[in-house]
Amino acid sequence: MPKEKLNILESTCVPLPLENIDTDQIIPARFLSATSREGFGDNLFRDWRYTKNGELNKDFVLNNKTHSGKILVAGKNFGCGSSREHAVWAVYDYGFRVVISSFFADIFKNNSLNNGLLPVVIPEKNVQNLLTLIKIKPETVVKINVADRKMEIPSTGENFTFDINPYKQECLIKGLDDIDYLLNMKDMIVEFEERKAIMR
Amino acid sequence: MGYNTLFDKIWDAHVVHSVKDGPDVIYIDRHYIHEVTSPQAFKGLGERGVPVFRPAQTLATADHNTPTKDQHLPIREELSRNQVDRLTENCKKYGIELFGLGHKYNGIVHVIGPELGYTRPGMTIVCGDSHTSTHGAFGTVAFGIGTSEVEMVLATQCILQSRPQAMRITIDGNLNKGVTSKDIVMFIIAKLTSGGATGYFVEFSGSTIGTLSMEARMTICNMSIEMGARGGLIAPDDITFKYLRNTRYYKENPEAEKEIESWKNLKSGSDAVFDKEIHIDADSIKPMVTYGTNPGMAIAVDESIPDTAGTGESEASYMKSLNYMGLRPGSKIGGQHVDYVFLGSCTNGRIEDFRDFASLVKGRKKAPGVTALLVPGSKLVEEQIKIEGLLRIINEAGFELRQPGCSSCLAMNEDKIPAGSYAVSTSNRNFEGRQGPGSRTFLASPLTAAAAAITGKITDPRTML
Repeated sequence: MPKEKLNILESTCVPLPLENIDTDQIIPARFLSATSREGFGDNLFRDWRYTKNGELNKDFVLNNKTHSGKILVAGKNFGCGSSREHAVWAVYDYGFRVVISSFFADIFKNNSLNNGLLPVVIPEKNVQNLLTLIKIKPETVVKINVADRKMEIPSTGENFTFDINPYKQECLIKGLDDIDYLLNMKDMIVEFEERKAIMR
Repeated sequence: MGYNTLFDKIWDAHVVHSVKDGPDVIYIDRHYIHEVTSPQAFKGLGERGVPVFRPAQTLATADHNTPTKDQHLPIREELSRNQVDRLTENCKKYGIELFGLGHKYNGIVHVIGPELGYTRPGMTIVCGDSHTSTHGAFGTVAFGIGTSEVEMVLATQCILQSRPQAMRITIDGNLNKGVTSKDIVMFIIAKLTSGGATGYFVEFSGSTIGTLSMEARMTICNMSIEMGARGGLIAPDDITFKYLRNTRYYKENPEAEKEIESWKNLKSGSDAVFDKEIHIDADSIKPMVTYGTNPGMAIAVDESIPDTAGTGESEASYMKSLNYMGLRPGSKIGGQHVDYVFLGSCTNGRIEDFRDFASLVKGRKKAPGVTALLVPGSKLVEEQIKIEGLLRIINEAGFELRQPGCSSCLAMNEDKIPAGSYAVSTSNRNFEGRQGPGSRTFLASPLTAAAAAITGKITDPRTML
């Protein structure tokens, strides 16, 4: 099923300078009862965005008009915890297309790439520098080029090459998904089953 | 990359195809599904007009949002009921075996799979749930996946995955009295931090592991995800085979005994190479308890909360955590007031966990201020609790037993810890709001949970044995 393509993106960033942001914070479990993929953005970071009484928490960055954009910058181990893909749907549905951190939890990373959300890994000290820069200069633009695997901060001249495996890179640029790929190799899968005489 | 490890042997035997410069196409032997992470996958299948490729290799249960009381009545919460109904419809439509709410084999997906013999050594196993790592205790490559991947496996019985790195954690020596496998794994997570094994698949080995029961091994593999690992596994041995022979599958399929012979080579080669090796002395482990808001923030029950952040987080994140918990750096964790106790989950909802809990509360009384939620992991565990007379012991101590489900571990059902309240929980995550908005969680073993339930505060269980 075609996804939205992602190749070149230029955007301001939203800073979230915390480590180990788990998927329960990204989308709390009580919002997982839906049976569709839509609408999760409304509850992204629900318990940080709203106070106990349901009022907007003015101290939280998503409620701060100074910062906006399609790129989220966060501390290390972003997306740890539960495998809920709802977390990625929430980040994406809210409007983010890229998350920058020094490392991501494995399942979150896979889920992101399966939904057209790009996780960009740069060294931890550069993440910290970027977080500081955005705080001082919220207008800072970051450029992402998936084909070249480049991330650039034009105002400082900084350049990073990020890692993405060529298969996933192509999926992202062309808006393809893994299911189409796997459905096209059914014969090979059946052959494998015959070869291995898998336990049923 | 690792070489000739147990993980490599199982992985390599399941590679259908290697994408050039990309991931491997891995064949999945067993796919477990539940109500929360499957509806969108089935919807996707429907939209593509694709059937479920191998329904016989798929098993479903309702566990995440189900009530733990009055399970014979319709589910009160509308969205939860709708999700469970969708699962029932989808399983019927696609010919998938379902142990739904009320079924004699219903329970938490990671409890029922092993206890019924659906999980067997050498398999690749996935489920749309991060604690799928539990099944690694049987010498399987088992890991959690997202819903897009659930759809892939339903459609093709395959998944695209990059090969993780290999880590071995060797635990040798004797465990001290009052120290359980939960304490072992919490000790390891505290040492590695909650992201310390990201990118790795972890094999647990050593003399300590070799003496543990299957229930105890499952607890360890279950929480390997809490250090960021893709999964954890343990080589099968006679303890594994004995456990399997007692499952329904083996009782009903005597010819399966042949399989057991074939599993005796399922171990890392003597020439195996791991990308990272860690050694732990079992004797140095004490009962553990968390004090923060990720599972890496844990100390021994007789220690004080660290004054400053460790390597797992920045000072800002550390203070945010402690503020959320309402705790002060440098203060003792022992004696901390407790309002709730939760015994259950895919981490500690098995029969051995209830035996531990019952052994400590026997002849004592629950603290008046404590609300306890005792939730068996499955109908079979519930039945066994009754057969062994544990129900009488816990009832006499002032506790009641609920019905099976994930319950308070993630609080998708009504079993929520109120905002600001402190819970000692035998589950796996102490994230902010995990057990209900504003809830504060102390993760611990069933023994430590029992000690808290009796005293109303965090208590070293060793003083009560």
